[in-house]
Amino acid sequence: MPFGESILIAPQIRQPGVTEPAPVRWLLVSAAAVLLGLFVAVPLGAVFATALRAGLGRYLEAILHPDARSAIGLTLLTAAIVVPVNALFGIAAAWAIANFRFRGKRLLITLIDLPFSVSPVIAGLALVLVFGRQGWLGDWLDARQVRIVFAVPGVVLATAFVTVPYVAREVLAVLEAQGSDEEAAALTLGASAWQILARVTLPKIRWGLLYGIALCNARAMGEFGAVSVVSGHVRGETITLPLHAQILYDQYDAVGAFAVASLLALLALFTLVTKKYVERRSRPV
Amino acid sequence: MTVRRARGILPGFGLSLGTSVLYLTLLVLVPLAGVALRGATARWEDIWHASTSARALASFRLSFFASVAAGAGNAVAGLLIAWVLVRYRFAGRSVLDALVDVPFALPTAVAGLALTAVYSADGWLGRWLAPLGIEVAYTPIGVWLAMTFVGLPFVVRTVQPVLAGIDAHLEEAAAVLGAGRLQAFGRVIFPTVLPAVLTGFTLAVARALGEYGSIVFISGNLPLRTEIAPLLIVARLEQYDYAGATALALVLLLASFALLFATNVLQRWSVRRLGPSPG
Repeated sequence: MPFGESILIAPQIRQPGVTEPAPVRWLLVSAAAVLLGLFVAVPLGAVFATALRAGLGRYLEAILHPDARSAIGLTLLTAAIVVPVNALFGIAAAWAIANFRFRGKRLLITLIDLPFSVSPVIAGLALVLVFGRQGWLGDWLDARQVRIVFAVPGVVLATAFVTVPYVAREVLAVLEAQGSDEEAAALTLGASAWQILARVTLPKIRWGLLYGIALCNARAMGEFGAVSVVSGHVRGETITLPLHAQILYDQYDAVGAFAVASLLALLALFTLVTKKYVERRSRPV
Repeated sequence: MTVRRARGILPGFGLSLGTSVLYLTLLVLVPLAGVALRGATARWEDIWHASTSARALASFRLSFFASVAAGAGNAVAGLLIAWVLVRYRFAGRSVLDALVDVPFALPTAVAGLALTAVYSADGWLGRWLAPLGIEVAYTPIGVWLAMTFVGLPFVVRTVQPVLAGIDAHLEEAAAVLGAGRLQAFGRVIFPTVLPAVLTGFTLAVARALGEYGSIVFISGNLPLRTEIAPLLIVARLEQYDYAGATALALVLLLASFALLFATNVLQRWSVRRLGPSPG
């Protein structure tokens, strides 16, 4: 999977005859740099440039607006619920898959990856079909005056759905790479299950866990499609940061939209810094 | 399921597997089963009608062609970037590597806004393309561009470990036997990384097919022209046409599962060919 195995590999220096002539190397490196520059770096820069186009005052005004603050609040709340739950799930699932043989293991792994393959829009639709007013549980929920779709619980569920795989994938990659000899040793020395988890496994997986949490958090705060379907766009209630950016953009407030988007872009940069840090710390000595 | 003691020596099997399966079932399986059930209880003619209307067919055509084209673009660009990152040492290599991850880390709505700003007719890059007659924003090219953006990391990250794992002796042998670099690439390196390229390709296509957030901003969402299938699902939902939305979703889900299956087959093929990946 592209997430687990992305640790930067040291380049292999090869003998002449099994590497390319210098001009070819230079050409290939330039092509890759131009490609990533125009395609990734320039758009990323454009977010900040557009956000600050009308000055810092206008920028602060946009991100301190009551609607923006309520969107920030909901985004933080959603992440605060979803990330710990999916982290616990990820550790449990990785523990089961890495340490035990059981029937249906491949099926379980496929199931964990499923939210990556399903369109976020379909994830949202699925929640509407189950929990919406006309959904399978609609009447039952209505009778108890519980609202899930077009309310905060729907936003949380949709976010949890799309972020299921991140922590599980990262932790599983570490556990499978390192094996369970240390856990077995702790067991023979008389450690209890929770002691093994706290003293052996968690220290072992901490960098993978941290990166998984960072990815899960970035996606949780930035999810758009699934949340957009279940949110109902109730002003001041079910609008997350990405939805708020879209609403501003649709109102032709480009500076406001990009100011809000720049907060999310900062989050992405923070995630990448976390990744670099994790890479450095977990590099084999 | 029968319980055998040989599943492992560590404690916590029941608890960890039980909670994982329960959580996945409630959060992922039940809602998706809801979509399938809704489809199963609908009348077949309604599904057929909803998914073969001119607007639906146009959206499927755009979604499928643009995502395959995006996957192809990713395969070529991804192989190049992976090659450069694995084989060469140069200043700024670590920055390039970080840039590859940006599409994973950047929320899709932000990507959509950013690409629209840069590639619209008065944007930083769009203004250079407009005189050439190339319009990106609000055209199918914009859809393709956004899909290529979100899929960029997949090929790079699947190819990188395989490329790094190629034994230098193989290439030395090719050189000793008189192969030039192009020949060595064509006969030794490319066949070895091909399964990884194809795996990355199917992952990127699957991602592009379901992508929504980055595309809605740049495509302009014109029915019959730049409306992708996920967007049409949202449009149907906004009209409370649940049957219509479900019909479209089923077609898209079927395509996603086919791609997921293809990915698994490809990964098994590549493992069989190379042994477990060294990443």
